[in-house]
Amino acid sequence: MNAFQATLLVAGKDLRMELRSKDSLNAAIAFSMAMLVLFSFAFDADAEQAREIAGGLLWLIFTFAGTLLLNRSFARELPNDCLEALLASPLPAAGILFGKAVSNAVLLLAVELICLPVFGIFYNIAWTRQWLPLLAVLILATWGMSVIGTVFSALTVHLQLREVMLPVLVYPVLIPSLLAAILLSAHLIGGQPLNGDTYAWLRLLVGFDVIFTLLTGAVASKVLVG
Amino acid sequence: MMAVEARRLTRYFGVQAALRQASFAITPGSCVALLGRNGAGKTTLLRLLAGLQSPSEGTLTVFGKDPLMPATRQMIGFLGHGSGLYDELTAEENLLLAARMAGLPGKRERVKDWLRRVQLDRVSTQRPHEFSRGMRQRLALARVLLSQPKLLLLDEPLTALDDRATAIVRDLLSQAQQAGATILMSTHHLSEGLQLANQVLLLHRGSVSYSGERTEVMLQDPASVYALCGEGA
Repeated sequence: MNAFQATLLVAGKDLRMELRSKDSLNAAIAFSMAMLVLFSFAFDADAEQAREIAGGLLWLIFTFAGTLLLNRSFARELPNDCLEALLASPLPAAGILFGKAVSNAVLLLAVELICLPVFGIFYNIAWTRQWLPLLAVLILATWGMSVIGTVFSALTVHLQLREVMLPVLVYPVLIPSLLAAILLSAHLIGGQPLNGDTYAWLRLLVGFDVIFTLLTGAVASKVLVG
Repeated sequence: MMAVEARRLTRYFGVQAALRQASFAITPGSCVALLGRNGAGKTTLLRLLAGLQSPSEGTLTVFGKDPLMPATRQMIGFLGHGSGLYDELTAEENLLLAARMAGLPGKRERVKDWLRRVQLDRVSTQRPHEFSRGMRQRLALARVLLSQPKLLLLDEPLTALDDRATAIVRDLLSQAQQAGATILMSTHHLSEGLQLANQVLLLHRGSVSYSGERTEVMLQDPASVYALCGEGA
């Protein structure tokens, strides 16, 4: 089985399991909704202010919600020693990591797509004017977060304090990607199309994803077997 | 070509050596009882063979190949302390997943056949957490055996099973051996393990104390095995 087939297999398995248990998905959605509501009351921003803080607010919520999903990514393999069985299978290590990254990205994207309409209602913002480039930014930034988060989820899975260690390790690495996502999202939610300045941030986002995806593939065996 | 060949195999955890300078060979088709007290290095050896860890020193080959390579793991079936079964998936889905991971042809027929062989076909839509320990172990064995691995690594497969479940597991292992599989099985059930095995690999504090044929004396007095490493029964 090649890495691509293994990726699809592992992603399908994880998504099926998550859709049955809904452990982390429910937690991530509930957390995101609570944060959106709380911030809307705390800031009491008008439409213009809301557009300015939209990028930062949304990505702060997405990042924390993502941590909830990422923490479970490898932890769900611990009962019954399923992780051992997975690693002892003939699947290539890169396929296992990418499969989990795809599953995490799909789940996080689902949370983001649920959050956006709620955000639009609570903050009275028409966020759909540049929806296609916004969707592209969401996908790119979510993939970056998922691929890095999955690697660190694998590295921290046996730690007792993995819920604490994962964000401590992941957030600093995500800073360039998050900066780009925040600026681009604020720009697009404000209804402005991508232009010369913002393309530079988009290129940063793409470059970040390419570099960390390649790095993940390269270090997958070391991460999983050590 | 040997099924397993270890030369001066050493594995450290920190400064502690779980395995030290272990050298042995296992011929294809044999059933080996991997014996030793707690902490002797049995699980570490099985994990190294399953490609879950890499040796600190020495070499280890499975049918002449590195167990860390995915192609080598295709030949290996590993059942550790846990069942390796997902509680969110049904018994049938667990086996289908294992069949897909192994890239087997005719997955559904094979899965149905194995569910029948381990007498779980009537509960195939139930999830493993609803099963008894014996049923889980049978399903776990089916998960490992359905890809017909050339090397079967089992870490205490008879633990906490009643006599009926033990008999079923013993039958499954006998069938696997007759089909040509090489079996390496750690156990503290000396009597059961020695009855199944035709070779014994005895570890003592990480070193190989005995590697060779299982003798009639061992069958008659299983606890006497430990005398080979200078311990009393």
